[in-house]
Formats: sequence, C-alpha cells, structure tokens
Amino acid sequence: MLSKKQARFFFFGGTILVFIIFLGMTWDSIANRIPEQTHADALTPEVVAGKRLWDKNNCMGCHTIFGEGAYYAPELTKVIERRGEPYIKSVLTSPVPWAPNGRKMVAYGFSNEEAENLIAYFRWIGNVDLNGFPAKPDIEK
Amino acid sequence: MKYKSQKVAYWFFVACMVLLVLQITYGFIMAFAHLGYDGLHAITPFNTARAVHTNLLVVWLLCGFMGAAYYIIPEESKRELYSIKLAYIQLISFLLVGVIAIAGYHVNWWEGRKFLEIPRPLDYLVVINVLAFLFNILMTLWKAKERTTTAMVLTMGLVFAALLYLPGMIWFDSQTLDSFFRWWVVHLWVEGVWELIMGGILAYLLIKITGVDREVIEKWLYVIIGLTFISGILGTGHHYYYIGTPNYWLIVGGIFSALEPLAFLGMALFAITMYMRSGRNHPNKLALYWTMGCAITAFVGAGLLGAAHTLPQVNLYTHGTLVTAMHGHMAFWGAYAMLIFAVISYAMPLMTGRKIYNNMTGLLAFWFSNIGMIGMTLSLGVAGVAQVYLERKLGLSFMQVQKEIEVHFFVMIIAATLFSTGITLYLINFFRYGKPKDEAILSETEFESLQSQGA
Repeated sequence: MLSKKQARFFFFGGTILVFIIFLGMTWDSIANRIPEQTHADALTPEVVAGKRLWDKNNCMGCHTIFGEGAYYAPELTKVIERRGEPYIKSVLTSPVPWAPNGRKMVAYGFSNEEAENLIAYFRWIGNVDLNGFPAKPDIEK
Repeated sequence: MKYKSQKVAYWFFVACMVLLVLQITYGFIMAFAHLGYDGLHAITPFNTARAVHTNLLVVWLLCGFMGAAYYIIPEESKRELYSIKLAYIQLISFLLVGVIAIAGYHVNWWEGRKFLEIPRPLDYLVVINVLAFLFNILMTLWKAKERTTTAMVLTMGLVFAALLYLPGMIWFDSQTLDSFFRWWVVHLWVEGVWELIMGGILAYLLIKITGVDREVIEKWLYVIIGLTFISGILGTGHHYYYIGTPNYWLIVGGIFSALEPLAFLGMALFAITMYMRSGRNHPNKLALYWTMGCAITAFVGAGLLGAAHTLPQVNLYTHGTLVTAMHGHMAFWGAYAMLIFAVISYAMPLMTGRKIYNNMTGLLAFWFSNIGMIGMTLSLGVAGVAQVYLERKLGLSFMQVQKEIEVHFFVMIIAATLFSTGITLYLINFFRYGKPKDEAILSETEFESLQSQGA
C-alpha cells in the first residue's frame, strides 16, 4: 500500500519532471519556432502601435483574436481577408457606434493613423501560421 | 473557532459575498446584451461588463482563498495569526485596488488582456498586497510548533499563485508571445496552483467533517495534487494549439489535457471515499453538502466539460466560441465558488456560535444555485454547439448565427434568475449568523462542541 512518503515523492518528483519538460518546450517555442511561425521580422512599429491600441481599448472584451477573447463580436484573425481594408477603416473611424444587426460597437472614432496601425496589426495577425485555425467551413472546402 | 485571530476571515467572507453580487449583476448585463437588449451600452458597453464580470470573479475567489487561509492556518499551526492588523490593512487595500480597477474599466482604463485587464500601476499594488498576505501567513507558520501537510499544501498553492502573477506583467510586442505568457498566469492558476489551494482546503474540510485520520487524507492529497501538476502543467498546451506556436503542442497538449480530468476525478473520489469512511455524523449538513458538491461539480464542470472540447480536432471548431463559456461557468462554480461556500458554511457556526447549519434556507440555497448553474451551462452549451455548426461548419456569418442563437440567452437568463435566488438565500443565511464573537472560542474540539450543543 502506498505510504505518505511515496505519495509525497510522486507529487514533488512528478511536478519537477513535468515542469522541466514544460520549460524546455517553452524555450524551443520562443527561441526557435515562434519567431519563424509568426514572421517576427514583420513586427513593424505600426503593427506594435496597432497592438497597443488593441490592448488599450480592450477589443478582446468583445472580439476574439486567434480565437481568444469574448464571444460577443466577430473573430478578427482573418478579418482583412474577409472584409477588406476599406470596410475595416470605416468601422474604426466611425463617429457613431457601428451596429450591424443591432449589436453595437463602441464608437472609438480612431484617427486615420490609428486606423492604419490597427489594420497593419490585423494584417500581421492574418499572416501568422496558426496550425490550421480557423478551419475552413465545409461549404468552402 | 479556537483562536481569536481567526475572526479576520469573516470580513474576507463578507467582501466575497458583496463582490459576488456585483459579479452576477454584470453577468446579467452581458446576458441581456446577447439577447439584444444593450440599453446600458453608453455607460457599460459589453467589454466593460465582461472585464468587470471576470475580474470580480478572480477578486472574490482570491478574497475567499485569503479568508480561508486566515481561518485555517492558525488552527492548523496551533497559534494565533502573526498580525491581525496587517490582515485588515491587507483586506482594505485589496478591496481599494479592486474598486479602482473596476471604476477604471468604465472609463477605458485597462490593459485589454483577457482576465488580466487590471492596469499596470494597480498590478504593482496587487503584488505588494499579496506579499503582505503571504508574509502574514508565512510568519504564522514560521513561528508555529507544528506545520501540517494540509497547511503546507495550502500555503504552497498561495505562494505559487503569487509567483505566477508575474509573467502576466511583462509587455510583449507579439500577440503570440503575449498570449503565451498570459496563459502562464491564467491556466497555471486555475488548472494548476489553484487546485493546490482547492486540495488543501478540501483536505481540511474532510478532516474536520468526516473525522477520517489526517495521515490518510493527507497521503491522498499528495497523490491528487501530483496528478494535478503532472497533467495540468503540460496541459497548458491546449492553449497553444492555434496561437502561432509550434504544432507539437497539439500532441502534448492533447494528451495531457485528456489526463486533466483525472485530478478532478481523484478529488471527487477522495471526497466520496472519505465521507463513506466517516465514523461520525457531523451536524453541519450544509458544509457537508457544499464540500461534496464542490468535489463532484468540479469533476463535471472542470474535468468532463473541459475534456469535451480539449482534443485538438474538436477544439479547432470550438475554440473561441460559446462552448468555452459553457465550460468556464461550471468549472469555476464547481471547483472554486462552491469551495469558498463550503469553507464559509463550515466556519460561520464556529465563528459566531450560532447553529444555522441545517435549515431549509440553506438547503434551498444549495439546490437553487446548483440547478440554476446547470441550466446556465446547458443553455450556453446548446448555443455554443449551434454556433459551431452554423458558423464554423456551414460558414454562416458571425452575426447571422448570433441572431439564430439569441433565444438560448433567454433560457440562460431564466436559469440565472434561479441561480441568483439560490445565492440570495445563501446570503440571507450568511448574514443571519451575524459577526464573530469571542465567546465562540472553544476549548474542546469543534466536533465535540457541535455535538454537545446540538443543532
């Protein structure tokens, strides 16, 4: 029968072993794989400025990006491909709440430069290799 | 209650209850918005309601963990808390930071990173606050003659939770790296170190309620928390499937996430087995209900419902849909909210000397809130699955699908009303106890005291 000492060893030994593996995988991901998979060299000052705006206005509080965020407004990972830049710019610079089908978006009234930065950010996001996400709907296959 | 300083816990529990009511209020705002009634958009747009709802959840659960620790640690270490004054200062400052953060969310002051919206200057205050809390707990243990496994596991969970807050405070230019380390906080909290806290508190409650030998309970506690970390640490991989990270995370995350329910199954079997081995008929039935309910609902909500959409092949379609919200509601309710309710239900009669632990109000609170939560989970589940098929499989647009699934939010609001009724009844019972009294300090064991005085 298992003793308390053995149980303690199982906890500490198992945890330390798994954590070391996790750190190794993290290192490989960050140092070798993510820069290539996300085109880190394309992280221009405009893209970074777009990300700051994305964070500053808590866009993730309604939308999802990479499938992460809230589920109140559309997923924006491939929004450039889906909607095109002029449409996105109109939404971002709208002085009144954008309200497709009655669901309102806050009227941020971004300047032209801010809208360009956010579009640069979406363009960078859209080019990241996401292992097949979002999946193409059956009807488009 | 054996030590005067344990009374501090009461004010943490009061704070918990108030914050929970606020959390539910903002939940209703969100549900109505999903239904098409967003009349508060001008003052509380959806992203504000959402940030307040999720952050209040974290804040009241942390408040509950702290309260539980302030109640449990003195008793486990057989001495008074290191500093009562520090505990009160820490509570007040913790609440102040929380209130400022929530007010900030209403004026667009936040970081906009899911679950970690709190602005950076306030992050530093949180760190100072948590350090003060840990100092108090660690000093109590340091000066104690006895350090039980239960106390050490609980403390270990609290220390790791504090350490894991730090990766969430690093700025990244890349959305992928930002997300990668955000999950170090969020995932490794709720599917890692918080389970340590849960295990510690559950072990304490089972020792007290069932009377089973401490050595037996603590032995199995090690096994369960071992399973938690072995599956949960590499289980972080299920957040790294589709965020720009290498595809080996699909295999590693898939396998270890599939193992994650084992820890929760262990937790449920642990509670049931100890209850069946119990040689005593503990009079505090409500504490027993919430303790057993916590272990079982955590297995269903966090374990099974999590496993239902964690396989990469399934998650490719469910990722970023209401299916996640379905799992999230029952998981947090079962594993953590019910745990705090269990501690409060156990501690209140002992802190106040009043025996309101076997009444209809309390029983109805348990059943209404649980049935309500099951109803909310089901409605979110149906809405989520419908969303997956219509949007992800058939290719309908997001808003077209939202219109189709709107009705499920009507059902959710009905279930949430039942849930809120249960919470209201719980609050009524809670406030009927009144404040803790020094006369409630016992010289005999708590169980003996409850037996001799009767219900």
